[in-house]
Amino acid sequence: MASTMLSLASSAPSASLSMHEFHKGKANLWSSGLSFNREKINPLIITKSFGRTSMVAAVNVSRFEGITMAPPDPILGVSEAFKADTNEMKLNLGVGAYRTEELHPYVLNVVKKAENLMLERGENKEYLPIEGLAAFNKVTAELLFGADNPLIEQQKVATVQGLSGTGSLRLAAALIERYSPGAQVLISSPTWGNHKNIFNDARVPWSEYRYYDPRTVGLDFEGMIADIKAAPEGSFVLLHGCAHNPTGIDPTPEQWGKIADVIQEKNHIPFFDVAYQGFASGSLDEDAASVRLFAARGLELLVAQSYSKNLGLYAERIGAMNVVCASADAAARVKSQLKRLARPMYSNPPIHGARIVANVVGDPALFNEWKAEMEMMAGRIKNVRQKLYDSLTAKDKSGKDWSFILKQIGMFSFTGLNKAQSENMTNKWHVYMTKDGRISLAGLSLAKCEYLADAIIDSFHNVS
Amino acid sequence: MWKFMAASSTRRCISSSTRVFGWWDHVKPAPLDPINGVTEAFLADPSPDKINLGVGAYRDDEGKPVVLQCVREAEAKIVGCEFLESVSASVSSKLVEESVKLVYGNNSNVIKEGRFAGVQTLSGTGACHLFAEFQKRFYPESLIYLPDPTWSNHHNIWRDAHVPRRTFHYYNHNSKGLNFAALMDDIKNAPDGSFFLLHPCAHNPTGVDPTEDQWSEISHRFKVKNHFPFFDMAYQGFASGNLDIDAKAIRIFLEDGHVIGCAQSYAKNMGLYGHRVGCLSVLCSDSTQAVAIKSQLQQIARAMYSSPPVHGVLLVSTILSDPDIKSLWVREVQVMANRIRRKRAALRDSLEKLGSPINWEHVTNQVGMFCFSGLTPDHIDQLAREFHVYMTHDSRISSVISTPKGNASSLAFSSNES
Repeated sequence: MASTMLSLASSAPSASLSMHEFHKGKANLWSSGLSFNREKINPLIITKSFGRTSMVAAVNVSRFEGITMAPPDPILGVSEAFKADTNEMKLNLGVGAYRTEELHPYVLNVVKKAENLMLERGENKEYLPIEGLAAFNKVTAELLFGADNPLIEQQKVATVQGLSGTGSLRLAAALIERYSPGAQVLISSPTWGNHKNIFNDARVPWSEYRYYDPRTVGLDFEGMIADIKAAPEGSFVLLHGCAHNPTGIDPTPEQWGKIADVIQEKNHIPFFDVAYQGFASGSLDEDAASVRLFAARGLELLVAQSYSKNLGLYAERIGAMNVVCASADAAARVKSQLKRLARPMYSNPPIHGARIVANVVGDPALFNEWKAEMEMMAGRIKNVRQKLYDSLTAKDKSGKDWSFILKQIGMFSFTGLNKAQSENMTNKWHVYMTKDGRISLAGLSLAKCEYLADAIIDSFHNVS
Repeated sequence: MWKFMAASSTRRCISSSTRVFGWWDHVKPAPLDPINGVTEAFLADPSPDKINLGVGAYRDDEGKPVVLQCVREAEAKIVGCEFLESVSASVSSKLVEESVKLVYGNNSNVIKEGRFAGVQTLSGTGACHLFAEFQKRFYPESLIYLPDPTWSNHHNIWRDAHVPRRTFHYYNHNSKGLNFAALMDDIKNAPDGSFFLLHPCAHNPTGVDPTEDQWSEISHRFKVKNHFPFFDMAYQGFASGNLDIDAKAIRIFLEDGHVIGCAQSYAKNMGLYGHRVGCLSVLCSDSTQAVAIKSQLQQIARAMYSSPPVHGVLLVSTILSDPDIKSLWVREVQVMANRIRRKRAALRDSLEKLGSPINWEHVTNQVGMFCFSGLTPDHIDQLAREFHVYMTHDSRISSVISTPKGNASSLAFSSNES
């Protein structure tokens, strides 16, 4: 069999290639389960004449032969399963993407207007600078910190356009890995699933602080403070600016103040993930209050932003990484290093989403229109919360307190259902959600609230 | 290590007069990127006569950026499409399907048998970066062999992926051509099963490509050594004007049974620079493997940026799946490549007419968007300072920028000084 693999009548030193030789000196990863099934080799044999050499070439075995299937993403996997379900009562409460009452995706009117403007202008498609579109960077920082924030005028904010929230977080993780090697990121328990992937792949160690209290279906504030206090000085504390994902549970303004106190005390650095500015309360300013509180204290911070939800630009991948520094000089240096990290990742960020944001936020009329649309979207979610609460309270005779649904904020609700109960939701009721008990209210219509209430009550009481 | 204690335990506010310890005090300013840095310096230059030969983007006769007609048509077609949430599976697979056809050929067995894992990427950079991370994850001890010279960002990409780099001989500074013998030696001397990065056409920055025969020899030697060929295809169509001819190197390797990886970019050949659209394909033994590898690539991408931006993906898949728009594109690529060839001839002509003693033959021998002028770093600095002509320090110049007599004479003058 070896002779059919490769035989050369040539002057080349290693004339016949054995499988063993191919594998000499390779990573340990491969020394165990690798099998060279000759049968797998494509029997295609080609004879080529090459000068005085004739070569019989078979298709090589892929050197990535032993790679196994990656596990399905827990969140995106839900949508895939939903699509495959043929039951007419099915409900997708998995991914955090806004839906109208008719459960259709929603393109904001301001986005359509902005795109039409851009189309009319026939703008070119040249590379952006590594740090992204200047007009976008300007408006995104102003939106976050407030246009009249002295930090901006003093040039203490290094802002770099990023690939939505994920890309911005990854860039920050790379900065942390390079310039604070060994420093940990503290993440809430629970948090968005991809946070761990991002820090793992960026080789940044992380640990968790208590956050969700299943007994109250609320915030474990004492636990949170204790864990932040106990962490080694100079840790990065990942905080959700508003509308915590997956729980929907946010600290109160007073609690934010105390969190800032303990962070200052421990010389930690606050690292905000702001994915829902405007989506939580309906007000862009109100939703930025936590970030602004910390900034006003003179703390250096990191803030990742995303326009996926609040401008519905999910697939355009538009966001930003902001680093608030102690001085303009530090901000300039940090920005230069963020660029240096970004260059080998993707060279420069995509233009389309950046232009849309710059046009919407930069035009007063469009900006006002956006605010109205945001209020409408946040308002629909609040209405759905109310209806769900009303349905649960009316139907559930056990006297369980469902008010956490009203107290939670943003797109998601942590129902308190455990894994088995969540599976019952899917298997029996065709309600698709993540196994941690999270439901996306953005995918719920008023019309389906009663059905959902039935499903939740059944799962909660009849499944353990 | 970086713990600076603040003077007081609570810091209430930062005033500009108070020196407060900062987290980033130890962060130095990053060196300018060798390519982007040229553009930055150029932008900062107030001279009205300035010219930027550093840019790797196609320009028209007025020096303006060009948006292809096929792109405008695709844009008009997709406006109002409600593709919001992550690129729909059908759109993204369309892009991958069409992209692999471009590279491997419409009738390639690899495609028919589904023996490839393909994902859309953030242009060519993103494809290389994704592959580098994949290589590191599944071959943690491996190295990468890069041609000397190569696009500077290749070094950044593999370095940041923690894959050690080696170089192999490529450019011959004396002949201004390919150093073929040394290249073949390096291939032979590398340990069996090494990872190599190859430019299939229009080598960046030199513009020097192996001939078809030379590619065959390279492929043969790769086969003997069982090296892994990774192709960075950034200029398909730009070298000869013909998409299939420009993919010839890859097709040779495929015929020889190599199982390769390939990064593709639509930045130049579709003029979609800022949209960041590309594709990474990794060939596999069978379609089951392909599914597994694709899942791993997607997982790596998920922790980087989740999914690529939809607008560019839509444009490319619209252009490639509509036969009329696609044939318009093919013609437009030919036009661009032809213009580049004319520009090269004109540049060489001007330089020779100015009586420069240097042999400028390489200007027309070299292929693609760039020309390796052979100027020294000192000359390059002088050109920037005195003549406001900007280029990267490796002497790479864009062959597509109109060079009014003034600039050709600047080049000739500078080279005369040596």
